[in-house]
Amino acid sequence: MADPVQASSSPSGPPGRPGDNVSRALGLFSAALGVPQVVAPGRVARLIGLKDDGRTRFWMRAVGVRELAAATGILTRRRPTGWVWSRVAGDTMDLALLRAGLGRKAVRPTRTVIATGAVLGVTAADAAESVRLTRREAVQTPSASTASQDGKAAGPMHARAAITVRRPRKEVYAFWHDFENMPQFMAHVESVQITGIRRSHWVATAPAGRRVEWDAEMTADEEAKLIAWRSLEGADVENSGTVRFLKAPGDQGTEIQLELHYAMPGGALGAAVAKLFGEEPSQQVRDDLRRFKQVMETGEVVLSDGSPEGTLAIRLARQRPAHPLESEPIGTKGGPS
Amino acid sequence: MRANVWSGRNTVQVENVPDPKIMNSRDAIVRITSTAICGSDLHLYDGYIPTMKRGDILGHEFMGEVVEVGKGVGSLTVGDRVVVPFPIACGSCNQCRRGLFSVCENSNPNARIAEKLMGHSTAGIFGYSHMLGGYAGGQAEYARVPFADVGPIKIESGLADEQVLFLSDIFPTGYMGAEMCDIKPGDVVAVWGAGPVAQFAIASAYLLGAERVIAIDRFEYRLQMAREKGGAETINYAETNVLEALREMTGGRGPDACIDAVGMEAHHHNPGLHAYDRVKQATRLETDRGHALRQAVIACRPGGTLSIIGVYGGLMDKFPIGALMNKGLTVRTGQCHVHRYLRPLLQRIEQGEIDPSFVVTHRLSLDDAPTGYETFKHKRDDCVKVVLKP
Repeated sequence: MADPVQASSSPSGPPGRPGDNVSRALGLFSAALGVPQVVAPGRVARLIGLKDDGRTRFWMRAVGVRELAAATGILTRRRPTGWVWSRVAGDTMDLALLRAGLGRKAVRPTRTVIATGAVLGVTAADAAESVRLTRREAVQTPSASTASQDGKAAGPMHARAAITVRRPRKEVYAFWHDFENMPQFMAHVESVQITGIRRSHWVATAPAGRRVEWDAEMTADEEAKLIAWRSLEGADVENSGTVRFLKAPGDQGTEIQLELHYAMPGGALGAAVAKLFGEEPSQQVRDDLRRFKQVMETGEVVLSDGSPEGTLAIRLARQRPAHPLESEPIGTKGGPS
Repeated sequence: MRANVWSGRNTVQVENVPDPKIMNSRDAIVRITSTAICGSDLHLYDGYIPTMKRGDILGHEFMGEVVEVGKGVGSLTVGDRVVVPFPIACGSCNQCRRGLFSVCENSNPNARIAEKLMGHSTAGIFGYSHMLGGYAGGQAEYARVPFADVGPIKIESGLADEQVLFLSDIFPTGYMGAEMCDIKPGDVVAVWGAGPVAQFAIASAYLLGAERVIAIDRFEYRLQMAREKGGAETINYAETNVLEALREMTGGRGPDACIDAVGMEAHHHNPGLHAYDRVKQATRLETDRGHALRQAVIACRPGGTLSIIGVYGGLMDKFPIGALMNKGLTVRTGQCHVHRYLRPLLQRIEQGEIDPSFVVTHRLSLDDAPTGYETFKHKRDDCVKVVLKP
């Protein structure tokens, strides 16, 4: 699976995945339709059997401009999903206009009916492609990490991030190795309890205030190098994670690469809703790593008046004013405060 | 407590807000005795810095008395008199260890917002937008100071507030502007702007061995301060062609180093050219007006240094990159790494090499902050620097 971030390194190049030529074809189709609609609206109207008057020409031009906008969006954007969806909306508008035209001023109704059938076909293609793109985006969440790793994925969502911490590898590894430290820096993890040599019990919050629990097992453990874990059967949210510790150049400490896989509650729709609230998985992982760095380097999660819980995805969208809180500070959960 | 809060473009008001509390173990609470309005506060006032919220307490130049310390602060005790640097820095990340305190990696809880705009986050700053941390500022009776074991410097001599207050920002900022010029004997340094930071850049350029310093502004009273207090030669750009004047004054060479102490709200003497950038800025086609910076690039001696300490927020257009590249200029810039200048500059003040209080023209109570902003913004009443007393 190609890394979407790396794929973007040639922004002008063609989209790098099989299947994307459907989007491309739809974009070209938009362009091919838009140009005559704008340049010669009367002729197009006559072609599809509509009465060639001022009103028809006005609407034909408007539709043409819309098509050209869609074409530009689809052909130039690296992720044209929104623009392909806009074609579905446009098709619906076209069907409504054709229906109105058929009722009032179709000069040659047969042609108009044929045109309507054609639009219906295109609508189906647009909808199918839109759904495909949306699904793909939900599955491949972009991240700013370095290398793509196809780990033992436990769920369809995955997110990666990397950060450098000015601490020796052994110390960083040791802190992470004690899973009970997780709630100090993982914003959504409420508690972790060690239940056996390699086993632990996790409680976390999920979108919409839900609470999820699972048992996890450490699946790999290499001193000062790597820790991997995955949820056991019966988990509310199936998930797995791998963290790698690499020596940073010079005396800069340790580079940490974190990779998480999980089944998003609510699937692709749940992911889309979470994204709306700023809870994009890759963002969460980066925030968690930032908090981890703060804990390792400064002793605790750094708080401000605007972000009294510290770095938190949801706070980025909804800051409170930068003046002191009325109540006692919220503080870091479980942190050494 | 009383605090000066931002409440939309061109509006600040003094309101009652809750007292600050210790939030992190390395916090201190400071009772503010003096606080100042900075030129960069005007960028917030004018609405050019994104991510401000109504109710944000402004102010990043302040000093006072420690009234409470978190249990992680060993270096300060209640009763200490301190000046607080405007960037918030943890002291333990790789950037802080390099002495680059204003790009601390840990002090901005909202780093993500800054990353969207700049690729990386920089340090949190008191009272300077949510993108830079969402910290309450120091134009108030009290302030919470994070990493109080790293930032604040104790003032143990009997110096007056106004002599040490500007260690918080404008004196080190001006000093760093001059230091980045890598001044050698015989160097001529030109400074765009004659505001408070520029006044300290002028003084610092001389402290660092400049042969001559030339200040450029359009307000005669500020140029007069640059001449009389700083010993600079001056050019009033509203009356004189700056590029011609600089060429004449430097035997055709151009200044060896050029300091931009103006930033994103520069003016141009030609109303048409000024309007060009003003309109683009107002319609958000660019965020930064670049007249001063563009002129500095054109004026600078080939192989010379361009030192940018005026604040910029985002994007500028028509930047003369061709002149910059072909003349082989060295560009140095950054928010001031105040922490590393505190001790050496306090020493210079204690030894009488400089008395920073010369820039103060207005002394107001905190409650008069809104008047202070208006006076400072419109340069009424020969205003150079406003100090507020809570």
